[in-house]
Amino acid sequence: MNVKFYQVGSLAVGNRLLPQEERAAQADPKRANSLISGHRACQGCGEVLGARYVLDTAMRATGGKLVAVNATGCLEVVSTPFPESAWRVPWLHSLFGNAPAVASGVAAALKAQGRSDIRVLGQAGDGGTVDIGLGALSGMFERDDDVLFVCYDNQAYMNTGVQRSGATPPAARTATTPVVAGQPGNRFGQGKDVPAIAIAHRIPYVATATVADLRDLEAKVERAMQFTGARYLHVLVPCPPGWGSASSQTIRLARLATESGLFPLFEAEYGELTSATPIRHRVPVDEYLRPQTRYAHLFAHEEKGGRPDLIARIQEQADRNIRTYGLLAATMPDLAQHSERSHE
Amino acid sequence: MYQIRLHGRGGQGVVTAAELVAWAAIADGRYALAFPSFGSERTGAPVEAYCRIDDKPIRSREPVTEPDLVVVLDPTLLGQRFVFNGIKSDGTALINLPVAASSATGTGTGLAPRAAHVRTVPATEFARQRTGRPLPNAAMLGAGAAANGIVPLAAVRDAIAARFPRTIAEANAAAATDAFEYLRFAAHAASEVHRVHT
Amino acid sequence: MVPAYPISPQTHIVEALSALVRRGELAPCEYINAESEFGAMSLCIGASAAGSRTYTATSSQGLLFMAEALYNAAGLGLPVVMTVANRALGAPINIWNDQSDSLSQRDSGWIQLYARDNQAACDLHPIAFRLAEELSVPVMVCMDGFVLTHAVERIAVPDQEVVDAFLPAYRPQQILDPDVPMSIGAMVGPEAFTEVRFLADGRMRRALLRMPELAERYAKLVGRPAEHLARGYRLDGARTVFLAMGSVLGTLEDVIDEARADGLAVGAVELTCFRPFPAQRLRTLLAGAEQVIVLERAFSAGAAGIITPELIAALADPPAVPVRCSTVVAGLGGRPITKKALRMLVRDAAASRAARFSFLGLDRDLLSRAGYGRASDDAPGSTAERLLARLHTREEPR
Repeated sequence: MNVKFYQVGSLAVGNRLLPQEERAAQADPKRANSLISGHRACQGCGEVLGARYVLDTAMRATGGKLVAVNATGCLEVVSTPFPESAWRVPWLHSLFGNAPAVASGVAAALKAQGRSDIRVLGQAGDGGTVDIGLGALSGMFERDDDVLFVCYDNQAYMNTGVQRSGATPPAARTATTPVVAGQPGNRFGQGKDVPAIAIAHRIPYVATATVADLRDLEAKVERAMQFTGARYLHVLVPCPPGWGSASSQTIRLARLATESGLFPLFEAEYGELTSATPIRHRVPVDEYLRPQTRYAHLFAHEEKGGRPDLIARIQEQADRNIRTYGLLAATMPDLAQHSERSHE
Repeated sequence: MYQIRLHGRGGQGVVTAAELVAWAAIADGRYALAFPSFGSERTGAPVEAYCRIDDKPIRSREPVTEPDLVVVLDPTLLGQRFVFNGIKSDGTALINLPVAASSATGTGTGLAPRAAHVRTVPATEFARQRTGRPLPNAAMLGAGAAANGIVPLAAVRDAIAARFPRTIAEANAAAATDAFEYLRFAAHAASEVHRVHT
Repeated sequence: MVPAYPISPQTHIVEALSALVRRGELAPCEYINAESEFGAMSLCIGASAAGSRTYTATSSQGLLFMAEALYNAAGLGLPVVMTVANRALGAPINIWNDQSDSLSQRDSGWIQLYARDNQAACDLHPIAFRLAEELSVPVMVCMDGFVLTHAVERIAVPDQEVVDAFLPAYRPQQILDPDVPMSIGAMVGPEAFTEVRFLADGRMRRALLRMPELAERYAKLVGRPAEHLARGYRLDGARTVFLAMGSVLGTLEDVIDEARADGLAVGAVELTCFRPFPAQRLRTLLAGAEQVIVLERAFSAGAAGIITPELIAALADPPAVPVRCSTVVAGLGGRPITKKALRMLVRDAAASRAARFSFLGLDRDLLSRAGYGRASDDAPGSTAERLLARLHTREEPR
């Protein structure tokens, strides 16, 4: 029998065979469980999964000395319905657009109190990071404030009903980029590449990750916590209701996003790319798009012919990422090439 | 109460001059209040600043409309008639004027018809000689101390020393002293001339 | 912790603080150059929640840019203290003094104190920190932009020992601490939101009791009177009383003295604490007056003054204090309030009833050039721009 193991390189399959200290934080029965059960997230929510992974790793990396600052959004709303809270770490929610600034404020206060051993993690969805929070995020970056900021990117304003954000991919249907009057969802030629913006700020550490590769995500959080100064982690987290995908497919879809090349996994330090995860089993973008009804209009549907031309353009984007980051090659691309091509 | 109004352009230190007068008066044990009235912080725009000095606490914050002393740091403002608006009938006009210009206009009474007393002093030249920069404010303060005696020169020098770093302070204090001496001498000479002409 | 973002006329405050911090004179203290005022108040929120005493300063547009964060800080019960250099709100853009900025945020849940001069501005800050930390309510100390912020005058700055005696070390009520994790900023639904608001309002109202007590304590320590809720000036036998906040009070009191010397029965009330509104104190101060004229440095477009309606409501509470209240809007956008104008106002008011709502020193000529009173006045568009356009096209010999 030919059994294909994914994450073979990450040893996830063999977790039980590893020595304790090499196992994932999630494998540890004494893990922090920073975000516990009882929260109100949807079945299959990628964001709470990602948040639990990230925070538990950060707690392990800091010996439990961590403060979390959260923007308004799904994560905040589902986790703190007064008088309950699903957080077992010190946690502060202020506003939608200010999580990076609030996190910077916490870090500054702790420094003034001589307690910089307590680390600060700021987190937000793509809305709170890419759009309304971008000013504050850039401020945090350029001041090199000692915060790890994590963006859980489900590619739209999900909490308010799936409206388009600056992270919404081309052609995706959202409530404010509907498929009507011949308009195929979100426009091509728009959108922000915030990991690239973070790299352009030349902060100590920038990385992308998804909830499909737990070990990779944990390794990146650990790496981030080795630095002081501004750090940024951009995590792709599928959203079943927002993407129109089955709640059982969250991890699989995240994997398909990277395997298609649409969501490249890489790390950068001080403005230079330092690693890119090769694609183990490349898939055409169709395989990733098809299970999501936000892309249903691209595929032939009853009498409607679909939009193979747009799928082709999406494929081009994937191809470009693969070239830019060398996802199928052995060599590392240079950053200048990346910044020229990273726009749609 | 003694009321001073200063006129100049942004960048000439008008506001600083008013503040230094206040500082000097306070150091001298009196009450003082200095404040500006100006437009956006742009070099060259006309600027007004005020200073009130009294032996009891000063409450009024309205701009000085009836000055005892009008100080004009920039002679190009003399064309603006409002500069001397409201000056008291026995008030003094103190004008920064280059030596060449003042000798051409004689005692300078034509410059400020409404003022009872008109004094001119080449403050910019003193400033340039002492500090290398054409910022007339410190020199004008020294002149002011001479012109009205309301604040002693020593207090003016102390205020300058408190406000600026040492080398700049010393140069500015020297410019102030130059202007003070000039005016003392000129006042003496002018009063002689005035007696002759009346 | 001091986050800072510059805006005229507050810039020298944040500049001086940056120098103080860098020289180590405020150690341990962190100073952060925020990317905007919204960022600055957000930094305050984070720092205060993490247990540090936190301060910032802003003005006008900056205050509005952080409006969301103001409500947030108050709602989270964080004892942030902020200086507001009162400046007009645009459009039209105007960098000079009036009180429309802070008054526009009167509902934000912040305590609002207004300084009449720089001595008061100085003294109100330690009092502000004490109030904020005791009550878990943020406090803004308002001082008139340029008029006070850029004035040099004689003040007595209290020694460090005196301030330390008055203001104990900050002991946060809630704090982000890994040893005692708590969640701050939960979502509160319809079942509890009203009660949360009610309780916060109650905490703010305690300032009405505490401020006079703290002012007395502070006064003893510094050896001079300290500001609290409101103060009367020559109210004995005053039939007409002028009420105001901020720097105009000095000029007003000079005019009151002159009027008194002329035999006019006039006096003044200085309002220092606007939020919480000291209804009881004002009722007491105004008990003997026949009319109150409120000098306001802001107004509510389409309605009336801002202070006056609150005063009327306070006086109407049974047993009603039968005083007639009117509003005079003065000093908008930095227009100086002159003794001349105030003398006329005082004389007219003492002689007859003042109009309910009027503007001091309205320039009728300017208004008529803008077409006021004529049919052309109905043209839409920006008033300022239209006025400017007309000024350039008037047919007058140059």
